Amino acid sequence: MQRIGVFVCWCGSNIAATVDVKAVAEAAKHEPGVVFSTDYQYMCSENGQAMIREAIKEHRLTGVVICSCSPRMHEATFRKTAVSAGLNPYMVEIANIREQCSWIHKDMAEGTEKAIILARAAIAKVHLNAPLVAGTSPVTKRALVIGGGIAGIQTALDIADAGFEVDIVEKAPTIGGRMAQLDKTFPTLDCSACILTPKMVDAAQHEKINIISYAELDSLSGFVGNFTAKIRKKARFIDETKCTGCGICTEKCPSRKGLNDFNMGLNTRGAVYIPFAQAIPNVAVIDSAQCIHFRTGKCGLCEKNCSAGAIKFDQKDEILEREYGAIVVATGFKPIDASAFNEYAYSDSPDVVTSLEFERIMNAAGPTKGKLVRPSDGKHPHEIVFIQCVGSRCTEDATKGKPYCSKICCMYTAKHAMLVREKYPDVKVHVFYIDARTPGKNFDEFYRRAVEQYDVDYIKGMVGKVSVEQDHLHVQGSDLINNEQIHINADMVVLATAIEPDPTARALGTMLTASMDTNDFFTEAHPKLRPVESPTAGVFLSGVAQGPKDIPETVAQAGAAAAKVIGLLCKNELTCNPCVAHANEALCNGCSQCERVCPYGAITYEDKEVRSPEFRGIKRIAVVNGAICQGCGACTVTCPSGAMDLKGFSNSQIMAEVDAICR
Amino acid sequence: MQEMIKERVLTLINEGAADRVLAWETGEFFYDRTPKFFDKNNVNDLKYDSFCGANVTKYLIAEMPKEGKTIVLVKPCDSYSLNQLCTEHRVNREKVYALGVGCRGKIDVEKLRTMGIKGITAITEEGDTLTVSTLYGEKKVARKDALLDKCLCCKGKEHKGVDEVIGDSEETSVGDKFEMVAKLEAMTPDERFEFWRGELSKCIRCNACRNVCPACSCIKCVFDNPKSGVDNKAAADDFEENMFHIIRAYHVAGRCTDCGECSRVCPQGIPLHLLNRKMIKDINELYGDYQAGAEIGQRHPLTDYTLSDDEPSVVHERGGANA
Repeated sequence: MQRIGVFVCWCGSNIAATVDVKAVAEAAKHEPGVVFSTDYQYMCSENGQAMIREAIKEHRLTGVVICSCSPRMHEATFRKTAVSAGLNPYMVEIANIREQCSWIHKDMAEGTEKAIILARAAIAKVHLNAPLVAGTSPVTKRALVIGGGIAGIQTALDIADAGFEVDIVEKAPTIGGRMAQLDKTFPTLDCSACILTPKMVDAAQHEKINIISYAELDSLSGFVGNFTAKIRKKARFIDETKCTGCGICTEKCPSRKGLNDFNMGLNTRGAVYIPFAQAIPNVAVIDSAQCIHFRTGKCGLCEKNCSAGAIKFDQKDEILEREYGAIVVATGFKPIDASAFNEYAYSDSPDVVTSLEFERIMNAAGPTKGKLVRPSDGKHPHEIVFIQCVGSRCTEDATKGKPYCSKICCMYTAKHAMLVREKYPDVKVHVFYIDARTPGKNFDEFYRRAVEQYDVDYIKGMVGKVSVEQDHLHVQGSDLINNEQIHINADMVVLATAIEPDPTARALGTMLTASMDTNDFFTEAHPKLRPVESPTAGVFLSGVAQGPKDIPETVAQAGAAAAKVIGLLCKNELTCNPCVAHANEALCNGCSQCERVCPYGAITYEDKEVRSPEFRGIKRIAVVNGAICQGCGACTVTCPSGAMDLKGFSNSQIMAEVDAICR
Repeated sequence: MQEMIKERVLTLINEGAADRVLAWETGEFFYDRTPKFFDKNNVNDLKYDSFCGANVTKYLIAEMPKEGKTIVLVKPCDSYSLNQLCTEHRVNREKVYALGVGCRGKIDVEKLRTMGIKGITAITEEGDTLTVSTLYGEKKVARKDALLDKCLCCKGKEHKGVDEVIGDSEETSVGDKFEMVAKLEAMTPDERFEFWRGELSKCIRCNACRNVCPACSCIKCVFDNPKSGVDNKAAADDFEENMFHIIRAYHVAGRCTDCGECSRVCPQGIPLHLLNRKMIKDINELYGDYQAGAEIGQRHPLTDYTLSDDEPSVVHERGGANA
C-alpha cells in the first residue's frame, strides 16, 4: 500500500477563487492510502516545496499528488522536489485543477466538486505508479536547417559560428528565399540584395555550413539528439562540382518559354537557367519538363557549349542519409493565389499585379530592369491604386482568404508607395486600407513619411470592384471617413496579397510530428515562453513558418532558434524519457500492428523462446527500443491482445483514473 | 471437382511438395462439413461440395510449428483471410500451399428450415435447382434461395494470391453489401440502440464468433486475461455483455476481411457481421476503398498514415473520401 501525500495549491486566487482548496484537501484525506493532505498559497514557491520535502520525510510518503496547474508548467519542478527528498520523481502525479478546472468554471461548488474528482483520479493512479529510472542517449552534434531563406541562413550562421556543423536543405536551386526577390526593405529603404547576398556568401564560405540546394527532406526517423534524415537531392542535370556558373548554357538554350519563377512569372527563361545573378550555389539547373533534349532527345546545345563538361543529362535524384541532433524549420511563405479575388480583376488584366510581382517590376534585376511600366503595354503609368488586406483578415470567407493579419503588408505598401513617388513624382498613388498597422521600431515614422512627405493618398475603406476598361482600370471603392463612393481610373492596381505558409509545410509537419495550427503555421511549444521551439523535442522554428513576421523579427527569431539548438548540441548526452512502451512476451502475437503505428520506428521483432501457459516455443514478439520510444502510446491502443503497455501510463493506471472519476 | 482436388492433393504430397492438406470432412449430419487435416492415407475422406461454407484458414496457425508444408483448400473468400493471416505473421506463407477451389456459393441448411422444410434427409443439386428429400417427401428449391447470406454479397470469385486454382466458380453476389448498414445508419440513435440491444441480448457468450474469426487470432484474448480489465466486466451485467461484441469489432477493425463467418456460426442468429461491415464502410468513406486481405503485406488504413491523410473529422464533414 502506498503512503500518499496530497498537496493542494491555491495558485494565489487563480485556483482558490473558484475551488474551495480546503475542501479538496479535506476530501483527499479520506481517500485510501492518503496519509497526509494540505493546502498552500503557492506550492511552486520555495516554501511550498520545502513543505512537500518535509512531508515526504516526516510521513514516509511513497507517492505524492500535487493539485495545481498543468503538468506542462510545474511537473518538472515538483519531480525535482521529490528527488531532493529521496523519492523517485515518477512517484509524483499532478492533478490539473487550474487549466482544467478553476479557469473554466465560474461556480465554486462545481469547481470544487470537479477538483476533488481530479484529485481522486490522480490518487488512484499513484497507487499503481512504480519508480522509473531514466536512461541517457548521445547527441549528434550537427543541425539540419530546412529552408535557405533569410531565416534559415541566419540560423545556420549562428549555429555554425558556435562551432557546430549545419546542413541547409533548400528546395529551390539557390538559397536566398523570398528576401532575394525583394527590391528595397522597410523601414530604411536599403536594397534587399545588398544586405542579403553578403549573408548568403558568408553561409557558402563558412566551413561548418553545408548547403544542399535543390533538395527536399524525404523522410525522418529518430528523436531529439538522434535524428536520421533522408534528403532527396533532385537531379539538376548539372555536375555541381564542374559547373563554373559562367552562364553560357543559359544564353545558348533555344527553349525560351519557361516562366521565370524568380520574377514571379513576369518574364521567361531558358530550360537551363541560373535563378539570379547572385545565386548560391552559382550553378545552372535544367528544367527537364521544358528542355528539348528531354522531350525529343535532340538539341544538346548546352552540352556542346559547356567548356567545363558539366551537363549531365543522365543525372538521377540522389538520396543522402545524414544524422542530426537538432532540426530547424525555416520553410517560409508564399503569397496566396490572388486569382480567387475576381472582384479585383487579377485574372482579367496583366495590369493588376500582386505586391511581390510589383517588387520584381521595381527591381533593377527584374523583368523591366527596374523601370515602372504597365505590364500590358509597357507604357508609363500615371495613377496607381494599392489595395491592402487582399486575403488577410478575411473572416467572412475562409476558402478565399486567411483569417489572420499578414503583418507585413501595411509596411511594404507604404514602401512601394514611397518608392514610386520618389522615382516618379508625376504618378498619383492611392492606398485603400482598413487599418494602417505600424507597430515596430521606426515603422510609424516611416508610414507617416509616406503620407506627409510623399503625399500618398491614403483612403480608409475597401475597394469593391476593379473593372477592366479600354485603356485603364476602373476602381470603385468607398471612403469611410468622408462616407462617399470613390471612382478612380487607374493604370495599375497592386494587390497586397496575404501570405501563407509554404505548401510543403504541412507534409513536413507530419514527417517531423511537429504540430501545426489550422492555417498550417507551425505551433510553438508555448506562445509566450517557448516561442522558437516546436512541441516536438529537437525541432525548432525560425521565420514565417511559425507565423507572419518581417525581416527584423525573422532575423531575431532565427538567432533565438540558433541559441536553442546550440544549447542542445552543447550537451554530450540527453536524459531519456523512462515512460516508454514495452511488450508483454506472453501476450504478444507478433502481428506487426504496433510497428505500423509507431511514428518513431521504435519497434522491431525478434523470434524469441517463450514459456507461458498459453504458448511454449519460439514466437515472434515485439521489442521496443527505449531510447527511440517517445511514449506516445499509439502502440498500446493498437495492440489487439493488450500486450503493449506504457510505463508511467499503463492501461491499468488509466483505467484506475477513469474508475476513480466515474465512482 | 472433389475428385480432381483429391487427385491433385495426392500428386502434390507424392511429389514431396507438401505433407498434409487442410480441408473438410463430413461431420455428424450429412450436410456438416468440419475442418480437418488429412495426409495421403486418409485423403480419400476429403469432402468438397456445396456445404463447405466454413473458412478453414485459421487452423493453419496451430500448424505452423510443425515441420513441412500444408496444402490449404481456399474458396475465393477464404483466400483473403489467408493473406491477412500472413500479413499479420500468424501464418508463414512459405509453409503453405494455397490451393484455390472453385465456388458457386454454399448452401445454408438453416435457410431451408426457415422455409418450413423439416426432416431433411438428403439434398441433391442439378443446375440451379436443389432437390431436398425429407421425411415428408421431396421439395424443389431454387439454389439461389438457399445460399448463405455471405455468398449473396460475395467479394467476387477471384482467388487472391493462391498457388493454383482448381474448378470453376460462378458469381453469386446479388446486392449491395452495405444495404443493411445504410439502413441502420438511417435509424435514429434510439432505434439503432434498440436494434442492437435486441440482437445482442440473444448472445449466450458461446464464443463461437471469436473462435471462428480469422482476425481473432490472439494467443491470449483480452477477454481471457484477468489483467486486461475487461474480462470479468463482459459478464458483469447485460450491457457489459454487449460490450464484448463492440470491443471485438474494434479489435478486428481494418483487419476483418468480411468473410462472414461470425454470423454463419452464431447459434443465435445475431447478424454480427454488420458491426464489422459498418467499420469497413466507415474506413472506405474516410480513407478510400480498402479490402483487407487482398494481398499480403498491406497496411490497413487504421494503422497506416500517409502524409496526405486528412483528419477524419474533415473527411466526415465533407461526406466521405469519395465526395
